[in-house]
This record gives sequence, C-alpha cells and structure tokens, in this order.
Amino acid sequence: MEINKHYFDTVIIGSGLAGCRAAIECINHGTVGVLSKLYPTRSHSTAAQGGIGAALGNEEEDSPEWHTYDTVKGSDFLGDQDAIEIMCYDAIPTIIELEHMGVPFSRTPEGKIAQRRFGGHTRDFGKAPVRRACYSADRTGHAVLFALYEQCQLKGVKFFQEFQVLDIVIENNKVQGIIAVNIKNGSLHIFESKAVIVASGGYGKVFKVTSNAYASTGECLSMLFRQGLPLEDMEFFQFHPTGLYGLGILITEGARGEGGILINGKGERFMERYAPTIKDLAPRDMVSRAILIEIREGRGIDGKDYVYLDLRHVDKKILHERLPEITTFCKIYMGIDPSEAPIPIVPTAHYAMGGIPTDNDGRVLRDIDGSIVEGLYAAGECACVSVHGANRLGCNSLLDTVVFGRRAGKSASSTLKNAIKGKVKKERISLIADCVDMIRKSNGKETVASVRRDLQTAMMDKCSVFRKEEELSVLLEELQALKERYKDISITDKSTTFNTELLDAIELGHMLTLSEVIASCALHRKESRGAHCREDYPKRDDENWLKHTFAFQGDKGITLKYKPVKLTRFKPEERKY
Amino acid sequence: MSKYYTFKIKRYLPDENPKIRWDVFRLKLNSMERVLDGLVKIKETMDGTLTFRKSCAHGVCGSCAMKINGKNRLACQTLVKDLPEKIEIEPLPSLPVIKDLVVDMTLFFQKNDKVLPYLINEEPPPERERIQSPEDQHKILESITCIMCGSCTTSCPVFWTDKEYLGPSALLKAYRFLFDTRDRAIEERLEAVTGEHGVWRCHSIFNCVEVCPKEIDITKHILKLKRLAVKKGFKGGPE
Repeated sequence: MEINKHYFDTVIIGSGLAGCRAAIECINHGTVGVLSKLYPTRSHSTAAQGGIGAALGNEEEDSPEWHTYDTVKGSDFLGDQDAIEIMCYDAIPTIIELEHMGVPFSRTPEGKIAQRRFGGHTRDFGKAPVRRACYSADRTGHAVLFALYEQCQLKGVKFFQEFQVLDIVIENNKVQGIIAVNIKNGSLHIFESKAVIVASGGYGKVFKVTSNAYASTGECLSMLFRQGLPLEDMEFFQFHPTGLYGLGILITEGARGEGGILINGKGERFMERYAPTIKDLAPRDMVSRAILIEIREGRGIDGKDYVYLDLRHVDKKILHERLPEITTFCKIYMGIDPSEAPIPIVPTAHYAMGGIPTDNDGRVLRDIDGSIVEGLYAAGECACVSVHGANRLGCNSLLDTVVFGRRAGKSASSTLKNAIKGKVKKERISLIADCVDMIRKSNGKETVASVRRDLQTAMMDKCSVFRKEEELSVLLEELQALKERYKDISITDKSTTFNTELLDAIELGHMLTLSEVIASCALHRKESRGAHCREDYPKRDDENWLKHTFAFQGDKGITLKYKPVKLTRFKPEERKY
Repeated sequence: MSKYYTFKIKRYLPDENPKIRWDVFRLKLNSMERVLDGLVKIKETMDGTLTFRKSCAHGVCGSCAMKINGKNRLACQTLVKDLPEKIEIEPLPSLPVIKDLVVDMTLFFQKNDKVLPYLINEEPPPERERIQSPEDQHKILESITCIMCGSCTTSCPVFWTDKEYLGPSALLKAYRFLFDTRDRAIEERLEAVTGEHGVWRCHSIFNCVEVCPKEIDITKHILKLKRLAVKKGFKGGPE
C-alpha cells in the first residue's frame, strides 16, 4: 500500500469561510495545509446570500450591545452570553478587516459598506428594525469566500482540493493529524501536524428538503463523536422560512429586509398576528413555525402546502441591484419574475446550531467540565461555541465563521512553539484503508441511494420543525433499521479513480450516526426552545432546560450530559417580537 | 407534468476500459427537474458508476459545468423541459478527462493564478473601511459574480488551439482587480496579462458570453482590459 506523507504545522479541514479565515491567521506563524473535498471556492459558504452582521452604524445608529441583545434573545437564551458578546464586539474590526482584504461590499452613497435590515436585528433592545446586515448584493458569502481564498493564495497557504478526510487521528488526548484520500486517484494521504482545525461546515443533507449543498454531510463531526468526543446541542437545527417550493433553494431573508412580505391563501399578511412589532422580520424559528401553522390550518395557497413571499411592491431597481441572484433563481427554477408574481415558498433545512463544542478560542472541548483535546480546534457551522443557542439570527453565521475562524487560528498558532509534531501510526492507517476497501467491495442488497433517501425522509417527517415524543421514538427505531440496511449496501463502482459512489457510501454512514444523535437529543429535551419545538411540551422551561446538551457515544448507545448556559448581562425573558 | 427523456452520455471509465463509449439512459423527469437531477437519478437507480461533480445544485458553486446538447452549461441550472427530449451530455471540452463527465481543471485554475488573483494594496489600511463610491463598485459588479465553472474558457476557440492562452475566465479575474479602486498593482497585473498568450489573443468571438451561466458579458470586460493596457503603454502582442 502506497502512502503519501505530508507535514504541516497546522492542518485545516474545509476551505469555506471559517477554514480560509483560520488559514490566513495561521500562515503568519507556520506552514498550513487546507483540505477540501471540493475546489475551495465551491464550498457552501459561497451560497450565503443576505449578509454578515456588524453594528457598523453606517446607515443608522447601531451598537454592538444591541447586536448582543438581539443574538441572545434570538438564541432563545440558550447562547452563551460571554461568547456572543465577543462575537458582536469583534464583528466591527472583523468586517473592516474583510473589506481591507478586498471583499467587494455594496456601498452607501458616501462609499461606506452598505447595510440593510434582517430578521431579528433591532435597535434599542427590540424597539424597531435596524440596518445591520453588511452585504454584497445577495451574494455575500460568495464575495467573502473569494476574497479570503484569494488572500490565502497570496500568502502561500497550500490547498489540497478534492481530498476527502477519512479520519481525524487523536491519541493520548492529542491530535496527531488526519488521514485523507485524494478523490482523483484514490491514493491515501497522511497529514501529520501540531494542530488540526476542523472547519468542515454543516450537515443539512440529513434532511430531505434543504438549502444545503450535496457536500454538506457532516462526516467530520461523526468522526470525532465515534472517538468518544461530545457533540453539543444537536437537537437545534434551523429551518429557513423561505425555501423555493419543491426545491428547498434559499431565498434570502434580505428579500424581507428589503420590504418583501409573506402572505397566505387568504391574502393575509399573517406575520402581523405572530410578531406584531417586527412582523415578517421575526427570527427564523418563529416565521417557519408560523408558515407551517398557516398551511396546517388550511391557509396555504389554494389550501396547498406552501405560502407566498411577495416582492411585487418592492422597487424594481432594488430587486435588480440588491437581490439579483434570487430574482434569477425565481426565473430559472420557477419560471416567475418576482416583480410580477409572488414566490411560492416553504421552510427548508438550513443551518445546524449544534456541533463540535469549543471554548471561545476554538479549542475543542472533550467534556462538560471545560477540558480540551490538545491541538484540536473547530470553527464555523461544524462548531458550537455556542453563539447561536437554540436559533441563529440571520447574518450571524458568516460572522461566526470569520470571528471564530480567526480566533481558532490565533489560538492554534499561539501554541505551535511548544507543541510536539503529531504522529499517525501505521496500524491506524491500515485500519482506515481496510475500512474503505471493505466498503468498496460491498456487494449487498441495498443501494446507498435508497438508504439515504429513506433516512432523509424519516428525518424530515419526524424531526424537522415540529416534534413529538412518539414520532421521535419511532424515528430512533427506524434509524436502527436503516443502520442495519446500511451494513448490506452494494457498491457498483469498484474503481479507485474519482469514485463518488464510494464517497457517498462513506458519507452516508456518518449521516446515520449524526441523525441518531440529533434524534436522541431532540427526544430528551422536553421543552420548546428556539428551533426545537416539541408539540407535547410547547413551553420553554428555564427551570429544567436552560442548559446545553452534550451527546457522547457510550458503550450502549448515546449518553447525554448537560452543561449550564453562561448568562452574563441578560436574564431570560419571554421572547416576543 | 412528467415526461420521458433520453440521456446520451459520453463515458470514460479508465480503470475499466480506456475506450470512450456512449451510454443511453431513458428516464422520467418532471418539468421542474434539471439535468443534474436526471444524472443523479441515473446514478442512483441505473448505473452507480456514472461520475460527475456536483455540490450546491443551484448555480452558485460552479461544480457541474458540462457540455449539454452542444453547449457548456451548469447541469443544475438547466431544466430538462427547456431541452428537446434527446439530451446529449459530454464533459467540458479541451481539458483532460479524468472519468466520465469529470475533467482535470488544473490547467484552468493555473491560468487564474497567473493574473495575481488577489487584492494587492500595501498601504497601511485606514481605521475604517476604504471608501469606494457605488459607481466605482459597479465597475466590478459583474466581474465579481464569476463562479469559476470553466464554461467560458473551455468554449473559447483560441484556448482550443493555444493551451497557454490565459482565456476569458482568468482575464475577467484580472479585470476584477484592475478596475477595483482599492487595488495598487495595476502595472504588475497588466504585465501579467499582456504577454504573448494574454489579452491580445482575444478575437471577440463571444463564445464565452454565450455560455456564461451567470450571464457576464466577458468580452466587454476584456475589451476594457485591452483599452486600459493601451492607455498604460502596454501595446502590441503577437503579430
């Protein structure tokens, strides 16, 4: 077996916003290798549309304190307030720095970074909407990702594109490096390092209807979980209110920020009933629930399972200049011009609030007591700091990636001097190689596609916006059955060259693991908070549940522990908008 | 409304058989489905070895560019209802094929690297953002929407005959920085794009414009690039 060995001081998994931002920090202190299973700029960060939040105050008065409050309240008080404060205050220099790196932000008439309204962004602690979202038309993620990737190129970061990570090697509570396969020719590669930063993004593909890319499958989280490390708050998964009906393609919240409204089958602007003050700009969990209640109560369009996002009254010039991308999506995929016809929408699985637990400097936690894994860091959607708590506010995901990507990069770099180079043992490599070979040679009765489809359908039906004990219990049984079926899959492509069928199979195994974690955490949290809505426990229960879930892989299945939320300035209050 | 479509796909499976062959699949797709959905369906239910790149599935990542009925396009952005019932699919032309519809894009990306594809400005940055008027930002607006899918460069006849030609995508990238008021490397970048295989080789054939999935008028940008080069004294090019 031929093995290619590499050494970098820091190895980063993922080349989206968090990975690239971390790399820019690390390259000043040592060698950096970044792995991506795609070409770097194809990372799903590029699909982020509406904006990145920072209280720059370019368009109207704003403050990082209000941003902090909005984020805490948006999180339904589950976000750790010390981390949220760091993010909202760091936001300003971080965005300015992005501009200096070349991000082509849209501009105000005076030439400053333009800002617009977004869901849950308010002035003066909830009094009225505020313009806080910095944007580049409705292609903000694309604009930021390209600038960061370009700066990485300028600074000499080494990229390994189309490399799939197979294992993150941790031994004696220290990260040793990673094992990956070069997708192009199937060759195995070992990357030893002093530090590993996981920035592998989300896992929306466990749901049937999602705004996420095919690549958003979450294998790195599962790899850590299977080695006994915890995953935090996995029951909290955000459904974005406005996905294109039938496709799940995202229509940015910026569309409502620019004046778009939601209407039901009776032509009512129904958000007035659910959030009288900020209406259509309420946080996503509330708007998604409102849409599904309207549909359930027969007020969908023509009684069907969707409602309309109406942009017909929005100035055509604004559509053209600030929302060109979503205008094009509507034309291409639905055959409609949003200036003339309302857009059929339905909530779509969008963002994982939960993930790999970290401290405020990106260090991966191995337990609820704050102990860490030496040399291991995580940032971005795969991580859980937690700044989003039970529900993320729009524009805080891009902000999270750059703020905590930067912080993770800084803290990884600061320990390089005294860190020992990792070593990946031969036995571990053989084990992984054998595993991959075994999957390649599988000749069972099931196909990857059928197991994946049934998984996505089960998760969508029983673990999406509304949840109940009975359904979650059934789901967990179904997941066991799916895991059995997975053992009996068949791979028809036996080749080593660009074997995407094999990669799909590997990803599916990890998706099954993650789904079980999500469902278990959801079953046990007996309250409704943020995106986790239990119909059998419809109220938030601060007395018993103001705490983070930590899920571990035990000998006999998943075990759960709980960790208190860090409350600093804001006491939990009823969440009204 | 569903309808049957015939997908005729150019296959190359080097581990199996180094010969190119064409496979035909017949499948039912509804009017909202895209060529990418068809390919996924074939892979899932008919032939697991069929290989293609994909990721975002809505025209923003640039993974699934391929030649569909003679034209380079994104499979995820091409609805089957807009095509005839017979759909012929090949990999992007003029790049080495790795497997089926997957081409080796190394050469394409290398061209991009040659135009110094990053903002260069070594002046100490101001405390706040650099000021740029909306009018100045508009100059680069179209060019920043490029997703590097490779449709343009691989459709360019000049690139077909001169593999060293920078090509439309890299030239557009050069434009993106040359016309960004914040950039300070005009001379170096013009030097990089005005060589023998650079901007002068564009003969305004417009293939790039015709295929660009983001509808960027690339040729217009290249013409502006030529004008800037002339203005700055970078004349000439190949005879």
